[in-house]
Amino acid sequence: MSYIPATPEQRRDMLRVCGMSSADELFADIPKTLIPPDNDFWLTEGVSEFEALAKCEKLSSLNNSRLISFLGGGFYDHYIPAAVDAIVSRSEFYTAYTPYQPELSQGTLQAIYEYQSQICRLTGMEVSNASLYDGGTAIFEACKMAMAATSRKKIVVDGGVNPVYLEMLRTHIANLGAETVVGGDDLIDDAAAAVVLQNPDYFGVIHDHSGIVDKCKKCGAAAIQSVNPIALALIKSPGEQGADIAVGEGQPLGIPLSFGGPYLGFIAVKKDMARRMPGRIVARTVDDSGRQGFVLSLQAREQHIRREKATSNICSNEALCALRAHVYLSLMGTEGLRETASLCRNKAVYLRESIKSIPGVKVTDDTVFNEFAIELPVNTDGVIKRMADLGFAAGIPINANRLLIAVTEKRTKAEMDDYAAALRGAVCQ
Amino acid sequence: MSIIFEKSITGRRGVTLPKNDVPVNAAIPEKYLRKSRLDLCELSELDVVRHFTGLSKKNYGVDTNFYPLGSCTMKYNPKICEKIAGMDGFASIHPVLAQLPGGHKYTQGALSVIHHLEELLCKITGMDAFTLQPLAGAHGEFTGLSLIAAHHRKNGSTGKTEVLIPDEAHGTNPSSAAAAGYEVRAVPTGPATGLLDIEAFKAAVSGNTAAVMMTNPNTLGLFNPHIKEIAQIAHAHGALMYYDGANLNAIMGKFRPGDGDFDVMHVNLHKTFATPHGGGGPGSGPVGVKAFLEPFLPTPRIIKTGPGGDNAGNVFALNSDYPGTIGKIAPFYGNFSVILKAYAYILMLGGRGLTAVSEQAVLNANYVMHSLKDHYYIPYLKTCMHECVLTAKRQGEYGVKALDIAKGLIDRGIHPPTVYFPLTVKEAMMVEPTETESREVLDAFAAAMVEIAGAAASAPESLHRAPVSSPVGRLNETKAARDMDVAFL
Amino acid sequence: MSPSDLKYSKTHEWVRVYGDTATVGITAHAQDTLGDITFVELPKVGIAIGQGGEAGVIESVKAASDLLSPVSGEVASVNNALLPAPETINSDPYGAGWLFTVKIADKAELDTLMDAAAYEKFLETEA
Repeated sequence: MSYIPATPEQRRDMLRVCGMSSADELFADIPKTLIPPDNDFWLTEGVSEFEALAKCEKLSSLNNSRLISFLGGGFYDHYIPAAVDAIVSRSEFYTAYTPYQPELSQGTLQAIYEYQSQICRLTGMEVSNASLYDGGTAIFEACKMAMAATSRKKIVVDGGVNPVYLEMLRTHIANLGAETVVGGDDLIDDAAAAVVLQNPDYFGVIHDHSGIVDKCKKCGAAAIQSVNPIALALIKSPGEQGADIAVGEGQPLGIPLSFGGPYLGFIAVKKDMARRMPGRIVARTVDDSGRQGFVLSLQAREQHIRREKATSNICSNEALCALRAHVYLSLMGTEGLRETASLCRNKAVYLRESIKSIPGVKVTDDTVFNEFAIELPVNTDGVIKRMADLGFAAGIPINANRLLIAVTEKRTKAEMDDYAAALRGAVCQ
Repeated sequence: MSIIFEKSITGRRGVTLPKNDVPVNAAIPEKYLRKSRLDLCELSELDVVRHFTGLSKKNYGVDTNFYPLGSCTMKYNPKICEKIAGMDGFASIHPVLAQLPGGHKYTQGALSVIHHLEELLCKITGMDAFTLQPLAGAHGEFTGLSLIAAHHRKNGSTGKTEVLIPDEAHGTNPSSAAAAGYEVRAVPTGPATGLLDIEAFKAAVSGNTAAVMMTNPNTLGLFNPHIKEIAQIAHAHGALMYYDGANLNAIMGKFRPGDGDFDVMHVNLHKTFATPHGGGGPGSGPVGVKAFLEPFLPTPRIIKTGPGGDNAGNVFALNSDYPGTIGKIAPFYGNFSVILKAYAYILMLGGRGLTAVSEQAVLNANYVMHSLKDHYYIPYLKTCMHECVLTAKRQGEYGVKALDIAKGLIDRGIHPPTVYFPLTVKEAMMVEPTETESREVLDAFAAAMVEIAGAAASAPESLHRAPVSSPVGRLNETKAARDMDVAFL
Repeated sequence: MSPSDLKYSKTHEWVRVYGDTATVGITAHAQDTLGDITFVELPKVGIAIGQGGEAGVIESVKAASDLLSPVSGEVASVNNALLPAPETINSDPYGAGWLFTVKIADKAELDTLMDAAAYEKFLETEA
């Protein structure tokens, strides 16, 4: 398959315009010794579109998408309305670049402005950027903002933060002379740049972090709260809890799981922190005849102007994923998002109750959202394998005998009843 | 067009959710409850579809027309790749599934795509190992520099605090170096050659140099033939060579960064390998390394094993047992659906097809340069690679700037090139046509540019007023920055 | 023309000396190069700055410039009126657009700065 329209005659003509007789002359600056030999790869022929499709269909069939999924851990199998896919499939959106020429990019720019508004409304903050790579990098960027604002290097990470994000944070700060300490609010002191909290936490439990946020304010540390955006339909927003920076993973908002990405990091702050924000920000303004229009703004923070002094090295945002989240939220509306959140909560509580009576299984009565942890009387690994044989992705192992189980509005009562029965069998086997 | 929230009608619904089928109505205790209004918009599905269709009409993409944005490689994005990424067997797979005990059995297709693309990128670039975790080009740079830092740390080289970067480099390079904890030292470009000034480079490099970051061809579109000599000097000081793969579209089948003695590099799948730019993302920035840096790569890594655990078979599995690893750069394995599209693209083109891509991309850029050289000042009038830099120097005599030319192109239905970059060239306009554009399109672009050059001399005010045909005219960016209206609340 | 009663730095700041205090701003040329100024970050009163040390940031739509102190000393006052109206730097760079004052630590440093004529000449060579 080739996507090159030039015909051999045109190529010859074009070379002649350039004063050349062969394509080799175009590459005359590359020393002969550096030109790769004709090896097995450079000699390979491509295949037709149909053959590529067939090969990928076969590969896709090697993944088991039929297991009924109770996997979560911050990434959830929510229903995605068909209109989301239809809208993001418009190539005016997906084949565009970063909106540097605002006159040709009002669609992307207005969509981002509206996305920023959605995130501010959800989180109770005032300024959102155009998005970040994912929820983990959003935590890192938030910590970097806090370190720059406080000139401190210690980051306190609450024990309820997703362990994947803790590991990402450690990798990202490894060369910045910063350190992470994991534990409770007793670790917050005058040396802390930031405290990272998660709500609901990794184990699905809902918190009110207002007390910890107060302690942060007393110590001059920034309170960073990572949140599940769907849960915010029901629970106190980061703004209501006084957080300085709200971050989170936007995947639940209409973005497919796709084996790990692309996802969507969101970040939002109060106005006084706006100039420390990483990434793109879109602002509303007017054109030369007074018409409303949108532009990339506060660009003097960014890498293409500030170079090594930029707030962040990030150039891209996840515009197409942000568009998905925006369309999803627009379709859901206030009531739809609330109903979705309530369904998640009710089903999680129902499943926890159904599992409770399995001999040896321990559950807590914590207030959970869409996910909960259970303790098993037997090894988690064996249970997960047996459950997979029965058609279930049973959950995420926390350790040798604890399992994290998630539901969404897609899980039916029948599926959950089957799950509970299968788990009983798997545990008692 | 009004803001979506202005269209909201109280009580209107866009979705119907399944009924609650469990006998539970679990209220959340008062102390956790949201008290503030949620205030999302209330619209029907059709309201929403019309709103976004309206917005899409105010956008311009590769599918609209020519998009010669220099350094961005705005090539055509094959439709089949979108279809493949949407297959249920890829799109619906939870990333943790592969990490469950025995879970690799359920994800062989996805794991093999990742492993195979790593191998293909090694062949294309001459590196020994790849990680596909980095989520964008800048994230790849950050990852590569983190690997370099880990290498120096392991060797006990504590004084390596600086990264040398040519002054023409994209701003991302210095900001990524700073994000990875390094100080940045700019090395000047020779004014006559447009290439790194070797004498200045020799003076700048020292025992403190941790790495040298380069793009080759550089942002002026010029290939530096002295690359091995530069690498030799850097290596003599214990510094590593970083290759920014932003311009890989110029050199496939012609030069492999690994053969040029680069130690680390990143590739932008959204440029060279035809995955869509999405209006700013998602991208994907895989990082390749020479063997001595492989132990530091992020985990988990995808390995090939046999049924008995040997390395010979065709079973793919995850392995996190690398004591030297820098850790996790992404939550899982990278932007998988972007990886998948790039994989399908490489399958369809093969090695020969990729070589043809670079040949045509370079020919198209030179053709545009030759079509415009009588009308625009070209600071480095010699064979360029996949992009060429023109300037508005001649038009400046009539008070017309690069920005005016850019806006004039908009009125002629064409997206402008990158303007005011590289920063080292005054009034720069950087044109990257890519290989997927036909001669007719390039001729139409050249004709528009020539017409604009004429208008600059005869009616410069018409360019100052441009654009007049777009949904909005020139926007008040000063007001935007001062008012900071960034959310509709 | 640059006012003749001021001293100038190569990084385009001006200094007006009254006794032991120096008032600092940016030159007409500097504000013109930056374009419409949208944001200014001023130093904290009471901190010590060295000659050429970073004292803040001035941002316009498409550029950002570090504000460097032409003399060393302790920051005595800052022009907070600029925070809500940074455009004053564009409209009146030598007057209401002043940025901060410094209690001069070493008067000899003033001799390292240019007078108006020398600064004009410097601008010509830079262009």
